[in-house]
Amino acid sequence: MRGTARSVVMVAGVSAVTLLAAACGGGSGSTSTSSSAAAKTGGAVTVHGCNPQNPLIPGNTNETCGGNVIDAVTAKLVHYNAETGAPENDIADKIETTDNQNFTVTLKHGYKFQDGTEVKAKNFVDAWNWVSYGPNAQQNSYFFQPIDGFNDTQCADPACKTKPKTDKMSGLAVKDDYTFTIKTSEKVSNLPVRLGYTAFAPLPDSFFKDPKAFGEHPVGAGPFQFVSWTKNTEIKLAKFKDYSGKWAAKLDNVTFKIYQDEDAAYNDVIANQLDVTDSVPTSAMIDDKYKTDLPDRNAQKSVGVIQTITFAPTSVDPNYANPKIRQAISMAIDRKTIVKQIFNNTRVPATGWVSPVVDGYKANQCGEFCVYDPAKAKALLDEAGGFKGSRMTLAYNADSSHKAWTEATCNSIKNALGVDCVATPVVDFATFRSQITSHKMKGMFRTGWQMDYPSIEDFLAPLYKTKASSNDGEYSNPEFDKLIDDAAAATDPAQANAKYQQAEAILATDMPVIPMWYSTATFGWSTKVTNVKITAFGTIDLASLSLK
Amino acid sequence: MYKYVIRRLLQMIPVLLGATFIIFAMVFALPGDPTAGMCGERPCSPGFVAQFRAEHNLNDPLPTRYAKYMANLAQGDLGTTFRGEQVSDELAQRYPTTAKLALMAIVFEALIGVLAGVFAGIRKGKFIDNLVLVSTLFVIAIPVFVIGETMQYYLGVKWSLFPVTVSPDATFYELLMPAFVLGSSSIAYAARLTRTNLVENLRADYIRTAIAKGLTRRRAIGLHALRNSLIPVITFVGADFGSLLGGAIVTERIFNIQGVGGYLYTGIHNRDGVSVVGTVTILVLVFLLVNLLVDLLYGVLDPRISHD
Repeated sequence: MRGTARSVVMVAGVSAVTLLAAACGGGSGSTSTSSSAAAKTGGAVTVHGCNPQNPLIPGNTNETCGGNVIDAVTAKLVHYNAETGAPENDIADKIETTDNQNFTVTLKHGYKFQDGTEVKAKNFVDAWNWVSYGPNAQQNSYFFQPIDGFNDTQCADPACKTKPKTDKMSGLAVKDDYTFTIKTSEKVSNLPVRLGYTAFAPLPDSFFKDPKAFGEHPVGAGPFQFVSWTKNTEIKLAKFKDYSGKWAAKLDNVTFKIYQDEDAAYNDVIANQLDVTDSVPTSAMIDDKYKTDLPDRNAQKSVGVIQTITFAPTSVDPNYANPKIRQAISMAIDRKTIVKQIFNNTRVPATGWVSPVVDGYKANQCGEFCVYDPAKAKALLDEAGGFKGSRMTLAYNADSSHKAWTEATCNSIKNALGVDCVATPVVDFATFRSQITSHKMKGMFRTGWQMDYPSIEDFLAPLYKTKASSNDGEYSNPEFDKLIDDAAAATDPAQANAKYQQAEAILATDMPVIPMWYSTATFGWSTKVTNVKITAFGTIDLASLSLK
Repeated sequence: MYKYVIRRLLQMIPVLLGATFIIFAMVFALPGDPTAGMCGERPCSPGFVAQFRAEHNLNDPLPTRYAKYMANLAQGDLGTTFRGEQVSDELAQRYPTTAKLALMAIVFEALIGVLAGVFAGIRKGKFIDNLVLVSTLFVIAIPVFVIGETMQYYLGVKWSLFPVTVSPDATFYELLMPAFVLGSSSIAYAARLTRTNLVENLRADYIRTAIAKGLTRRRAIGLHALRNSLIPVITFVGADFGSLLGGAIVTERIFNIQGVGGYLYTGIHNRDGVSVVGTVTILVLVFLLVNLLVDLLYGVLDPRISHD
C-alpha cells in the first residue's frame, strides 16, 4: 500500500507529476545503466527528497518521502535485491516453514541498532505487536493482518473507544534471543517476501520509552543512521559504522534535499548542484530532452506500478454489470496511441493485472480484451444488449495530472462504441477516495496500485479478493478467492505462481477492472556520482551509490 | 499623531478577527474528509482516523473549532498542522528568508525603478524615455515564471553565473537572481509611476517659479518635483512590500526558496487548514502594519498631509 500512498504524495503536490515523471517507459526490461567507473568509498551526496508526511516510525510510514529515509535507516529480516527485487535474507539467518502457516525465524548474530543495542528476537515481536495494536493508530497496522490474533489487537468500534482485547498477537512468540515464531491465521506462502517491507522493521527498546521522540529521530539497524531533519528543507543521514549486514554504505553522508518543484531539482542536477533526482519533469520528457540534458547520466527502469480503471460496484451502478460491456469498453481503449501521445511513451500498455517486475508475471493475461479493436468492441457491446445508461463517466482526481489521459480514454471509448463518455473531475484525492469508499461514485473511476512487496500476490489478493481492503469495485468471485487461497497454501513457489496466474486469468472473464499501463521510473544524476541503481520500487539504492 | 497610531492599531483587531474567521471558515468548510486520502487507495484504519480526528478537533462544529483556535492564537500558539508541524516554528524559520528576499526585491524596485523613472521623466520624449517605456512594457507583459525560468536556465544552468536554486541558508548571493525576478514587474511599475508623476510635476507652476527664482534645474527637480512625485510611488512600494512578504509563491517554487510562499502553497494544496490560517493571520498583520507605516510616511514627504 505504500505504493498507492505514493500516489498520494504525488497528489499531495510536492511534485504533481511524480508518477508521470516516474513513469518513463521502454519495454518490460530494465535498462538500469550506470557508468561503472571505479567507485570509491566516503564522501557526501545530495539526493532529491520530499517531506515525510508522518513521524518517521516504520509502522506509520506508507509513502515514498518518509519511506526512502526509513528504508536507508532500517534493516529488516529480508532485503530486496536492488536490481531484481528478489528477496534475500538480511537480519534473518533463515525463515523456515513446512506448512506455510507456522514459520520459525532465526536471526543472525551481531546486528546492532544505531543506539548500540543488539537486534534480538523480541525487538521484532515487540515492534510488530506495537504497530498492529489499534489504539497506537499506525497506518501500516494492516500489514500484520495475516498473523494469528491480529483481530484481537484491533479496536472494536470505529472511534476506538473500547480497548482491544489484547495488545499482543497470539501468533508471535519469542523462543530465545535469536529465534521467534510466527503463526498465521491462514496459509501465506509468500510471507517471507512480505517481511522486507518497512512495516516489519525491528524497533529498539528505546522506541517504546518515547515513540514521539523516535519519530523525530528514528533508530534502526540499517546501513545509514539518521542525523537530522529540518522540516520541509532537508534530511541528513550518515554512514552507520557498526552496520554488519551485506549492504554497507559506500558514502559517508547522504542529504535528502527537499524541493517544492521538480523542475528546480532537475535543473540543479544539470548544473551539478544536486546529485540524484528521481523525478524528471514532463517538459524534459518531450522528445527525450533529458537524454541530451543528462548524457550518460540517466536511466529508466520498470517499477511495480499499474494504472487501472475500476467499475463502480453493481449495487451502486447496475449499468456496467454485464462483463461483456466491461470487456467491450476495455477493447475500445487505444492504449498504444494514448501512451504515445499523452505520456510520450513513458508507460507501457498493460496486457494483464500484474506488473512485469514481479516473479510470477505472465504476459497477455488479459488477452484480446486489452487489444484495441473498435469493431469487435462494438459487436461485443451490441451482443450484450447495448449500454443502458445515458452516458459513461470516467472520474479522476483533478489535483493531479490525470485530465489528459482520462479525456483521451473517454474519446477512444466514445469513438469505438458510439456511446457518449465524459471524463469527470473530482476536486481532490481526499474527496475522490471518500466518494469511492462511501459508494457515491458511479460509473468508472481511475485507480492505481504500487506494490508493497515484490510478489504477484500483492497485485491480486488485496485488490480483487472478496471484501479485500482495496477492492474498490467490490468484486467477488468464489472461484477466484479459492485459487488465491490455494496459491497461499502451496509450498512450492512455482505451483503458487501457477495458481495466482489462473486467478488472474479469471479477471479477464469478469473484467472488474480494466488494466491500462505499467509505469517506469526515470532518474538523472550529476557527473560526480556513479553506481546509481534503481530498485523495483522506483527508489534509489542508497547503499550502492558512490562518488566517482 | 500618537492618537492616530493607537486608533489605527485598535482598528486592526476587528480586521484581524474577521479575516481569520473568513479564511478559517473557507478552508475548513470544504467538503471531504482529510483522512480519506491519507492512506492511499485504502481507507485508513479506524484507530488512526479516530486519533487523527481527536487530535485536530475535527469532531467539533466549526464555531467551536474556531473558538478553540482563537483561544490558542491569543496565547501565541498558531496551531499544529495535520503533519504535526508547529506552524509558529515553521513561520519563524521561513519569515527571515522571505523578508530578506522581499527586502532585496524592494531595493531593486526602489533603486532601478525610481532611477529609470527619473531619467525617463526628465528626458521626456527622448531616446531614454522611449527605452524605459518599451522595456517596462515588455517586462510587465511577461509572466513572472517565464522571466524566472529563463533567467534560471541561462544564468544558472547554462552559464553557471548564479546558483540554480537557493540553499536553506539563503545567502545574499543566492538570493540576488530570485530577488531580481521577484521585483521585476514592480521595477517596471515603479519606473512608470515615477516617470508619469515627475513629468506632470515638472509642468507645475511651483517648479516654474522655483526655476524662475534662480534655483538650479537639478535642485528644482531633486528637491521639489521628485519629493511630490514620490508619494504615489511610496504607496505602491509599500503595498508591494506587504504582498512580497506574503510570499512570492511562484518565485519561491522556481528557486526552491524555503519561504512563506511555498509554505502557503503546500498548505493549500494539502488542504492543511491550520498552516493556511496561521500563515494568513500573520500575513494580514504584516499588511496592516506596512499600510500604517506608509500612511505615516506621507506626512514626512508632504507636511500638508497631517494625521492630527
